[in-house]
Amino acid sequence: MFTGSEIVDLLTRLGISHVVWIPDSTLGMWDEALSAAENLEVVRVCREGETWPVAAGLALGGATPVVMIQCTGLFESGDALRNILHDYKVPLFAFIGYRSYLSDATIPNDSACKYAEPILDVWNIDYRLIDVPEKLAVIEEHYRSCREAGQPGAALIAEGKA
Amino acid sequence: MTDNNRICPVEALEVLRAHRTEEVVVTTMGTSREWMRLSAHPLDFNYVPSSMGQATSLGLGVALAQPNRKVVVCNGDGSMLMNLGTLVTITAQAPANYTLILFENGAYEVTGAQGTPGSETVRGPGRAIDYADIARGCGFESVFQFDTLDDWRSNIANALNAAGPTFVWLKVALIPGSEGPKSPGPSPERATRFAAALQSGS
Repeated sequence: MFTGSEIVDLLTRLGISHVVWIPDSTLGMWDEALSAAENLEVVRVCREGETWPVAAGLALGGATPVVMIQCTGLFESGDALRNILHDYKVPLFAFIGYRSYLSDATIPNDSACKYAEPILDVWNIDYRLIDVPEKLAVIEEHYRSCREAGQPGAALIAEGKA
Repeated sequence: MTDNNRICPVEALEVLRAHRTEEVVVTTMGTSREWMRLSAHPLDFNYVPSSMGQATSLGLGVALAQPNRKVVVCNGDGSMLMNLGTLVTITAQAPANYTLILFENGAYEVTGAQGTPGSETVRGPGRAIDYADIARGCGFESVFQFDTLDDWRSNIANALNAAGPTFVWLKVALIPGSEGPKSPGPSPERATRFAAALQSGS
Protein backbone atom coordinates (compact mmCIF):
# COMPACT_ATOMS: atom_id res chain seq x y z
CA MET A 1 0.00 0.00 0.00
CA PHE A 2 2.69 2.48 1.05
CA THR A 3 6.44 2.63 0.72
CA GLY A 4 8.66 3.11 3.72
CA SER A 5 9.66 6.54 2.52
CA GLU A 6 6.02 7.58 2.20
CA ILE A 7 5.42 6.53 5.81
CA VAL A 8 8.55 8.28 7.04
CA ASP A 9 7.52 11.43 5.21
CA LEU A 10 4.10 11.21 6.82
CA LEU A 11 5.48 10.64 10.31
CA THR A 12 7.92 13.50 9.84
CA ARG A 13 5.14 15.86 8.80
CA LEU A 14 3.23 14.83 11.90
CA GLY A 15 6.19 15.47 14.17
CA ILE A 16 6.40 11.89 15.40
CA SER A 17 9.46 11.18 17.54
CA HIS A 18 9.17 7.43 18.19
CA VAL A 19 7.60 4.42 16.50
CA VAL A 20 6.88 1.69 19.05
CA TRP A 21 6.38 -1.42 17.05
CA ILE A 22 6.39 -5.04 16.15
CA PRO A 23 6.44 -5.55 12.39
CA ASP A 24 4.27 -7.86 10.36
CA SER A 25 4.97 -8.73 6.77
CA THR A 26 3.45 -5.47 5.54
CA LEU A 27 4.62 -3.06 8.22
CA GLY A 28 7.99 -4.77 8.15
CA MET A 29 8.61 -3.44 4.66
CA TRP A 30 9.01 -0.01 6.24
CA ASP A 31 11.77 -1.11 8.62
CA GLU A 32 14.71 0.13 6.59
CA ALA A 33 13.20 3.54 5.97
CA LEU A 34 12.06 3.94 9.57
CA SER A 35 15.44 2.90 10.91
CA ALA A 36 17.25 5.30 8.61
CA ALA A 37 15.01 8.26 9.31
CA GLU A 38 16.51 11.22 11.08
CA ASN A 39 14.61 12.47 14.11
CA LEU A 40 12.70 9.19 14.38
CA GLU A 41 13.48 6.42 16.83
CA VAL A 42 12.15 2.89 16.43
CA VAL A 43 11.44 1.14 19.74
CA ARG A 44 11.31 -2.58 19.08
CA VAL A 45 9.32 -4.45 21.70
CA CYS A 46 8.91 -8.17 22.24
CA ARG A 47 5.15 -8.36 22.55
CA GLU A 48 2.44 -5.93 21.57
CA GLY A 49 1.22 -5.40 25.13
CA GLU A 50 4.41 -3.46 25.72
CA THR A 51 3.72 -0.96 22.97
CA TRP A 52 1.00 0.99 24.79
CA PRO A 53 2.83 1.54 28.11
CA VAL A 54 6.13 2.26 26.37
CA ALA A 55 4.38 4.81 24.17
CA ALA A 56 2.55 6.21 27.20
CA GLY A 57 5.81 6.67 29.08
CA LEU A 58 7.24 8.44 26.06
CA ALA A 59 4.20 10.68 25.77
CA LEU A 60 4.18 11.54 29.47
CA GLY A 61 7.84 12.41 29.13
CA GLY A 62 7.12 14.85 26.34
CA ALA A 63 7.82 12.74 23.25
CA THR A 64 5.38 12.16 20.38
CA PRO A 65 5.15 8.43 19.77
CA VAL A 66 2.91 6.24 17.66
CA VAL A 67 2.18 2.54 18.11
CA MET A 68 2.59 0.32 15.04
CA ILE A 69 1.36 -3.29 15.26
CA GLN A 70 -0.76 -5.85 13.43
CA CYS A 71 -4.38 -6.41 14.43
CA THR A 72 -3.38 -9.71 16.04
CA GLY A 73 -1.17 -7.66 18.32
CA LEU A 74 -4.10 -5.38 19.00
CA PHE A 75 -5.97 -8.42 20.27
CA GLU A 76 -3.01 -9.49 22.40
CA SER A 77 -2.55 -6.07 23.91
CA GLY A 78 -6.12 -5.42 25.00
CA ASP A 79 -5.53 -4.99 28.71
CA ALA A 80 -2.57 -2.70 28.20
CA LEU A 81 -4.44 -0.40 25.83
CA ARG A 82 -7.50 -0.44 28.10
CA ASN A 83 -5.38 0.74 30.98
CA ILE A 84 -3.40 3.36 29.07
CA LEU A 85 -6.11 4.77 26.82
CA HIS A 86 -9.09 4.50 29.14
CA ASP A 87 -7.81 4.51 32.74
CA TYR A 88 -5.08 7.11 32.24
CA LYS A 89 -6.54 8.65 29.10
CA VAL A 90 -3.23 8.97 27.33
CA PRO A 91 -4.37 9.77 23.78
CA LEU A 92 -2.10 7.53 21.75
CA PHE A 93 -2.39 6.98 18.01
CA ALA A 94 -1.77 3.62 16.38
CA PHE A 95 -1.08 2.22 12.96
CA ILE A 96 -2.71 -1.20 12.91
CA GLY A 97 -2.17 -3.73 10.16
CA TYR A 98 -5.46 -5.23 8.98
CA ARG A 99 -4.43 -8.79 8.23
CA SER A 100 -6.08 -10.53 5.28
CA TYR A 101 -8.34 -7.60 4.45
CA LEU A 102 -7.20 -7.32 0.85
CA SER A 103 -6.76 -11.04 0.35
CA ASP A 104 -7.27 -14.07 2.53
CA ALA A 105 -5.35 -16.38 0.21
CA THR A 106 -2.75 -17.06 2.87
CA ILE A 107 -5.25 -17.67 5.68
CA PRO A 108 -8.72 -18.32 4.24
CA ASN A 109 -11.54 -17.02 6.43
CA ASP A 110 -8.96 -15.37 8.68
CA SER A 111 -10.61 -14.65 12.03
CA ALA A 112 -8.09 -11.87 12.58
CA CYS A 113 -9.78 -10.02 9.75
CA LYS A 114 -13.25 -10.76 11.08
CA TYR A 115 -12.64 -9.35 14.54
CA ALA A 116 -10.33 -6.37 13.93
CA GLU A 117 -12.99 -3.71 13.46
CA PRO A 118 -15.36 -5.01 16.15
CA ILE A 119 -12.48 -5.02 18.62
CA LEU A 120 -11.56 -1.44 17.74
CA ASP A 121 -15.18 -0.47 18.23
CA VAL A 122 -15.38 -2.22 21.59
CA TRP A 123 -12.25 -0.46 22.80
CA ASN A 124 -13.76 2.82 21.64
CA ILE A 125 -10.87 3.65 19.35
CA ASP A 126 -11.80 6.04 16.57
CA TYR A 127 -10.20 4.58 13.45
CA ARG A 128 -10.07 5.13 9.74
CA LEU A 129 -9.87 2.26 7.29
CA ILE A 130 -7.01 2.82 4.89
CA ASP A 131 -7.68 0.43 2.04
CA VAL A 132 -6.32 2.30 -0.97
CA PRO A 133 -3.08 4.28 -1.41
CA GLU A 134 -5.05 7.43 -2.10
CA LYS A 135 -6.05 7.47 1.58
CA LEU A 136 -2.59 8.37 2.88
CA ALA A 137 -3.86 11.88 3.47
CA VAL A 138 -6.70 10.46 5.57
CA ILE A 139 -4.17 9.19 8.10
CA GLU A 140 -2.66 12.65 8.44
CA GLU A 141 -6.03 14.29 8.75
CA HIS A 142 -7.24 11.77 11.33
CA TYR A 143 -4.05 11.98 13.37
CA ARG A 144 -4.27 15.76 13.56
CA SER A 145 -7.93 15.58 14.47
CA CYS A 146 -7.25 13.11 17.28
CA ARG A 147 -4.37 15.20 18.61
CA GLU A 148 -6.50 18.32 18.63
CA ALA A 149 -9.30 16.52 20.45
CA GLY A 150 -6.93 14.79 22.86
CA GLN A 151 -8.42 11.45 21.91
CA PRO A 152 -6.84 8.14 20.93
CA GLY A 153 -7.12 7.03 17.35
CA ALA A 154 -5.93 4.57 14.79
CA ALA A 155 -5.28 4.03 11.13
CA LEU A 156 -6.31 0.54 10.09
CA ILE A 157 -3.97 -0.35 7.25
CA ALA A 158 -5.42 -2.95 4.90
CA GLU A 159 -3.03 -5.80 4.20
CA GLY A 160 -3.02 -8.50 1.59
CA LYS A 161 -1.08 -11.24 3.29
CA ALA A 162 -0.43 -12.59 6.74
CA MET B 1 4.22 -17.51 55.10
CA THR B 2 6.51 -14.79 56.45
CA ASP B 3 10.15 -15.60 55.84
CA ASN B 4 12.26 -13.89 58.47
CA ASN B 5 15.40 -14.53 56.43
CA ARG B 6 14.20 -12.24 53.69
CA ILE B 7 14.25 -8.47 53.44
CA CYS B 8 11.19 -6.63 54.69
CA PRO B 9 9.91 -4.88 51.54
CA VAL B 10 8.79 -1.82 53.46
CA GLU B 11 12.25 -1.39 54.93
CA ALA B 12 13.76 -1.90 51.47
CA LEU B 13 11.59 0.91 50.15
CA GLU B 14 12.54 3.09 53.11
CA VAL B 15 16.16 2.66 52.08
CA LEU B 16 15.25 3.75 48.56
CA ARG B 17 13.37 6.75 49.89
CA ALA B 18 16.35 7.76 52.03
CA HIS B 19 18.68 7.72 49.01
CA ARG B 20 16.29 9.09 46.45
CA THR B 21 16.95 12.60 45.24
CA GLU B 22 15.41 13.59 41.88
CA GLU B 23 14.94 10.15 40.38
CA VAL B 24 11.63 9.25 38.79
CA VAL B 25 10.17 6.36 40.79
CA VAL B 26 7.59 4.11 39.16
CA THR B 27 5.92 1.57 41.44
CA THR B 28 3.22 -1.02 40.91
CA MET B 29 1.14 -3.55 42.84
CA GLY B 30 2.64 -4.19 46.31
CA THR B 31 5.42 -1.66 45.92
CA SER B 32 2.83 1.01 45.10
CA ARG B 33 0.83 0.13 48.18
CA GLU B 34 3.83 0.74 50.41
CA TRP B 35 5.47 3.59 48.45
CA MET B 36 2.30 5.66 48.66
CA ARG B 37 2.70 5.61 52.43
CA LEU B 38 6.34 6.62 52.27
CA SER B 39 6.58 9.23 49.54
CA ALA B 40 4.63 11.99 47.83
CA HIS B 41 7.19 13.30 45.37
CA PRO B 42 6.04 14.89 42.08
CA LEU B 43 8.22 12.40 40.22
CA ASP B 44 6.53 9.41 41.82
CA PHE B 45 4.23 7.47 39.55
CA ASN B 46 2.22 4.92 41.47
CA TYR B 47 1.00 2.83 38.55
CA VAL B 48 -2.35 1.91 40.08
CA PRO B 49 -4.57 0.82 38.42
CA SER B 50 -2.17 -1.02 36.21
CA SER B 51 -2.07 -3.42 33.35
CA MET B 52 -0.16 -6.05 35.30
CA GLY B 53 3.40 -6.44 34.12
CA GLN B 54 3.61 -3.13 32.28
CA ALA B 55 5.29 -0.86 34.84
CA THR B 56 8.68 -1.77 33.40
CA SER B 57 7.50 -0.79 29.92
CA LEU B 58 6.00 2.49 31.06
CA GLY B 59 9.22 3.30 32.90
CA LEU B 60 11.19 2.51 29.78
CA GLY B 61 9.19 5.04 27.79
CA VAL B 62 9.82 7.68 30.44
CA ALA B 63 13.53 6.89 30.46
CA LEU B 64 13.75 7.23 26.68
CA ALA B 65 11.84 10.49 26.63
CA GLN B 66 13.80 11.92 29.54
CA PRO B 67 17.38 10.71 29.15
CA ASN B 68 18.66 13.25 31.66
CA ARG B 69 16.51 11.87 34.46
CA LYS B 70 17.18 8.64 36.28
CA VAL B 71 14.20 6.31 36.28
CA VAL B 72 13.74 3.65 38.95
CA VAL B 73 11.04 1.03 38.44
CA CYS B 74 9.97 -1.08 41.44
CA ASN B 75 8.44 -4.30 40.19
CA GLY B 76 7.24 -7.56 41.71
CA ASP B 77 8.18 -11.02 40.47
CA GLY B 78 4.61 -11.86 39.46
CA SER B 79 4.59 -8.74 37.31
CA MET B 80 8.08 -9.49 36.04
CA LEU B 81 7.08 -12.95 34.87
CA MET B 82 4.00 -11.57 33.16
CA ASN B 83 6.16 -9.42 30.91
CA LEU B 84 9.56 -11.07 30.90
CA GLY B 85 10.24 -9.98 27.33
CA THR B 86 10.44 -6.43 28.63
CA LEU B 87 13.96 -7.23 29.84
CA VAL B 88 15.02 -7.75 26.25
CA THR B 89 13.15 -4.67 25.08
CA ILE B 90 14.88 -2.59 27.75
CA THR B 91 18.37 -3.76 26.91
CA ALA B 92 17.78 -3.35 23.19
CA GLN B 93 17.23 0.34 23.91
CA ALA B 94 19.98 0.30 26.56
CA PRO B 95 18.92 3.39 28.48
CA ALA B 96 21.77 4.28 30.83
CA ASN B 97 19.29 6.07 33.09
CA TYR B 98 17.08 3.04 33.81
CA THR B 99 17.13 0.96 37.00
CA LEU B 100 14.76 -1.93 37.55
CA ILE B 101 14.41 -3.12 41.14
CA LEU B 102 12.77 -6.53 41.43
CA PHE B 103 11.02 -7.13 44.74
CA GLU B 104 10.89 -10.91 44.60
CA ASN B 105 8.76 -12.67 47.19
CA GLY B 106 7.89 -15.74 45.13
CA ALA B 107 4.17 -15.14 45.27
CA TYR B 108 1.18 -13.26 43.99
CA GLU B 109 0.91 -11.46 47.29
CA VAL B 110 -2.25 -9.44 46.84
CA THR B 111 -4.35 -12.38 45.65
CA GLY B 112 -3.54 -14.55 48.65
CA ALA B 113 0.13 -15.41 48.27
CA GLN B 114 -0.18 -18.16 45.69
CA GLY B 115 3.27 -19.14 44.40
CA THR B 116 4.51 -17.79 41.09
CA PRO B 117 5.76 -20.26 38.46
CA GLY B 118 9.25 -18.97 39.21
CA SER B 119 9.15 -19.75 42.90
CA GLU B 120 10.59 -22.58 44.91
CA THR B 121 7.11 -23.10 46.32
CA VAL B 122 5.89 -24.17 42.91
CA ARG B 123 9.05 -25.56 41.33
CA GLY B 124 10.53 -27.39 44.29
CA PRO B 125 13.56 -26.95 46.54
CA GLY B 126 16.55 -25.41 44.83
CA ARG B 127 14.67 -24.87 41.56
CA ALA B 128 13.58 -21.25 41.95
CA ILE B 129 14.34 -19.03 38.99
CA ASP B 130 17.61 -17.09 39.10
CA TYR B 131 16.60 -13.59 38.10
CA ALA B 132 20.17 -12.30 38.13
CA ASP B 133 21.11 -14.90 35.52
CA ILE B 134 18.12 -13.86 33.43
CA ALA B 135 19.06 -10.20 33.67
CA ARG B 136 22.67 -10.92 32.72
CA GLY B 137 21.55 -13.10 29.86
CA CYS B 138 19.30 -10.35 28.61
CA GLY B 139 22.19 -7.93 28.56
CA PHE B 140 21.71 -5.64 31.55
CA GLU B 141 24.82 -3.56 31.97
CA SER B 142 24.83 -3.84 35.77
CA VAL B 143 23.21 -6.58 37.84
CA PHE B 144 22.98 -6.68 41.64
CA GLN B 145 21.48 -9.17 44.04
CA PHE B 146 20.82 -8.41 47.69
CA ASP B 147 19.67 -10.98 50.22
CA THR B 148 19.79 -8.83 53.33
CA LEU B 149 18.67 -5.36 54.25
CA ASP B 150 22.17 -4.45 55.39
CA ASP B 151 23.57 -5.38 51.99
CA TRP B 152 20.91 -3.32 50.26
CA ARG B 153 21.48 -0.35 52.54
CA SER B 154 25.25 -0.54 52.10
CA ASN B 155 25.15 -0.84 48.33
CA ILE B 156 22.14 1.11 47.14
CA ALA B 157 24.26 4.08 46.14
CA ASN B 158 26.44 1.83 44.00
CA ALA B 159 23.36 0.31 42.41
CA LEU B 160 21.69 3.63 41.67
CA ASN B 161 24.92 5.08 40.27
CA ALA B 162 25.98 2.05 38.24
CA ALA B 163 26.12 2.13 34.47
CA GLY B 164 22.65 1.32 33.24
CA PRO B 165 20.47 -0.28 32.37
CA THR B 166 20.66 -1.75 35.85
CA PHE B 167 18.85 -4.71 37.36
CA VAL B 168 18.57 -5.09 41.14
CA TRP B 169 17.14 -8.26 42.65
CA LEU B 170 15.91 -7.93 46.21
CA LYS B 171 14.77 -11.09 47.94
CA VAL B 172 11.91 -9.78 50.03
CA ALA B 173 9.46 -11.32 52.46
CA LEU B 174 5.77 -11.68 51.91
CA ILE B 175 3.51 -9.40 53.89
CA PRO B 176 0.83 -11.82 55.09
CA GLY B 177 -2.74 -10.76 54.49
CA SER B 178 -1.80 -7.72 52.49
CA GLU B 179 -4.28 -6.28 50.05
CA GLY B 180 -3.84 -4.82 46.62
CA PRO B 181 -3.03 -1.13 46.37
CA LYS B 182 -5.90 1.30 46.15
CA SER B 183 -5.84 3.96 43.48
CA PRO B 184 -4.50 7.14 45.04
CA GLY B 185 -6.82 9.31 42.99
CA PRO B 186 -8.22 9.91 39.52
CA SER B 187 -5.82 8.32 37.06
CA PRO B 188 -5.96 10.90 34.22
CA GLU B 189 -5.26 13.77 36.58
CA ARG B 190 -2.36 11.90 38.14
CA ALA B 191 -0.94 11.17 34.71
CA THR B 192 -1.25 14.84 33.77
CA ARG B 193 0.50 15.97 36.95
CA PHE B 194 3.24 13.41 36.47
CA ALA B 195 3.77 14.55 32.87
CA ALA B 196 3.99 18.17 33.99
CA ALA B 197 6.57 17.26 36.63
CA LEU B 198 8.56 15.22 34.13
CA GLN B 199 8.58 17.93 31.52
CA SER B 200 9.35 20.81 33.86
CA GLY B 201 12.94 21.81 33.34
CA SER B 202 13.49 19.17 30.70
